Amino acid sequence: MRDDAGQPIVYEGAPAPAERPAWLLGGAALVLVGLVWEAIARLGWVPALFLPAPTAILAEAGRMTRSGELWRHLGVSLGRVGLGFGLGAAVGTSLGLLLGSSRTLWAIGNPLIAATYPIPKIALLPLMILWLGIGEAPKVAMIALGVFFPVVINAYAGVRGTDPLMVKAAKSLGAVRWQVIVKVVLPSALPTILAGYRLGAGIALLLVVSAEMINATSGIGFLILHSGDLMLTGKLMVGLATLSLLGLASTWGLRTLEAWLAPWKEEERG
Amino acid sequence: MRVRVDSVSKVYPAPAGGRLVALENVSLDVHDGEFVTILGPSGCGKSTLLQVVAGLEAPTRGRVTFEGAPLGAALTAVVFQEHALFPWRTVRDNVTFGLEVRGIPGAERLAVSRQLLALVGLEGFADRYPHHLSGGMRQRVAIARALAVEPALLLMDEPFSALDAQSRALMQLELLAIWERTRRSILYVTHQIQEAVLLGDRVVVMTRRPGRILAVRPVPLPRPRDERTMLDPAFVSLVDECWQLIKHDAREALSDAR
Repeated sequence: MRDDAGQPIVYEGAPAPAERPAWLLGGAALVLVGLVWEAIARLGWVPALFLPAPTAILAEAGRMTRSGELWRHLGVSLGRVGLGFGLGAAVGTSLGLLLGSSRTLWAIGNPLIAATYPIPKIALLPLMILWLGIGEAPKVAMIALGVFFPVVINAYAGVRGTDPLMVKAAKSLGAVRWQVIVKVVLPSALPTILAGYRLGAGIALLLVVSAEMINATSGIGFLILHSGDLMLTGKLMVGLATLSLLGLASTWGLRTLEAWLAPWKEEERG
Repeated sequence: MRVRVDSVSKVYPAPAGGRLVALENVSLDVHDGEFVTILGPSGCGKSTLLQVVAGLEAPTRGRVTFEGAPLGAALTAVVFQEHALFPWRTVRDNVTFGLEVRGIPGAERLAVSRQLLALVGLEGFADRYPHHLSGGMRQRVAIARALAVEPALLLMDEPFSALDAQSRALMQLELLAIWERTRRSILYVTHQIQEAVLLGDRVVVMTRRPGRILAVRPVPLPRPRDERTMLDPAFVSLVDECWQLIKHDAREALSDAR
């Protein structure tokens, strides 16, 4: 029993607390970490060999851009990613659409995909080298395989996820089979397919760096490993920063593509 | 033009090896320009009947005939319960979908969409996407989309059941006004008694399991109808009569373990 029985219970009005935008907090944290880092390096608490100052890394980046070193490595890596991603996405999308539209094909293809999907794709590099020789082909093939899986699975899921009511509506309005596929199933599956591309892009970046660390003489992965071997920590850091920017750029690019191709999804993207 | 539904039955195989008789020996005519409402509790197979008439489901027995339907034109078009608009198409492109798949040129499609969006009161919304619209507006687009193919018979499958009560009442009046202007034959499925009586020239009452026609009642209310129609003693007594007819089945539907 409450001992304050008889007392009125009052909820008092209060002004809504002022809301700080998330980007402001995030930005402040980023700047703070940078300043602390800079201070640690400047005060010599940690030797520059292990942790160069952010300003020193920026200066190194400037030097590498002017000399063309950074562009060369970046170009090579982007070439491998572009080729592998394009190949994997093209094959994955087509096959996923086929598997999604035929139960028979899915019954045949599903166990094959399920059996090969769990293999970490980097483990395929030795086999790829054995089959395709050293050089660009095994790296591109491995990236293509890495991209293929999320794309094929998403394309399949996108087709299967088409609302049967949409199909009925289209048929009731006179659409024939190919029109239902082109005008209903494809647009309905598109956002899921693009989400598969986003997953694939992340995997492609991971794989290109791994492959370049194992077997390459150029590329961002090589740059990072090689700089580490030579204790050129500044260059190593520039390589890492480049990867961060590359990841951000690919996500942003694919989101922009999605906003352009699937404007009706803007609500869900928020 | 007359649509004859002749002794239609639809039987589905049930999961436990049995059979589910969704429709049993249903016969029904819809005359030119007539507004027929099909009233029944949930699970009485009324939506199945609509899909059979739409050609989306084949009947197990019996047939549907369109007598004197104009050649080349659409026989039917369906307005579904909800969310059946294509979210990736603007309002205009939703309305003209049926013309597009028939290969009608763009200029003509544009003219039709203008005219129909004006009819349903959505002139300013042609370039919006469905998710920008309220439920009532979406169903107006769905009606315009179905009317665009000029169907000999317009089929409506509980088109307003997902709307809130006030929007539903307004949309019923809106539909009455559209029907007055177009006088198209309509077959309208609903579980709402007032709606069936307010809209229809005839109310077809169905039973559940098996889905059968229990009674057909002409609606002796003058047109054009509006919200005052619902105060007419003839309206009230017909609503009551229909309720007495389906009460038993509705109770049964309520206690059905799913």
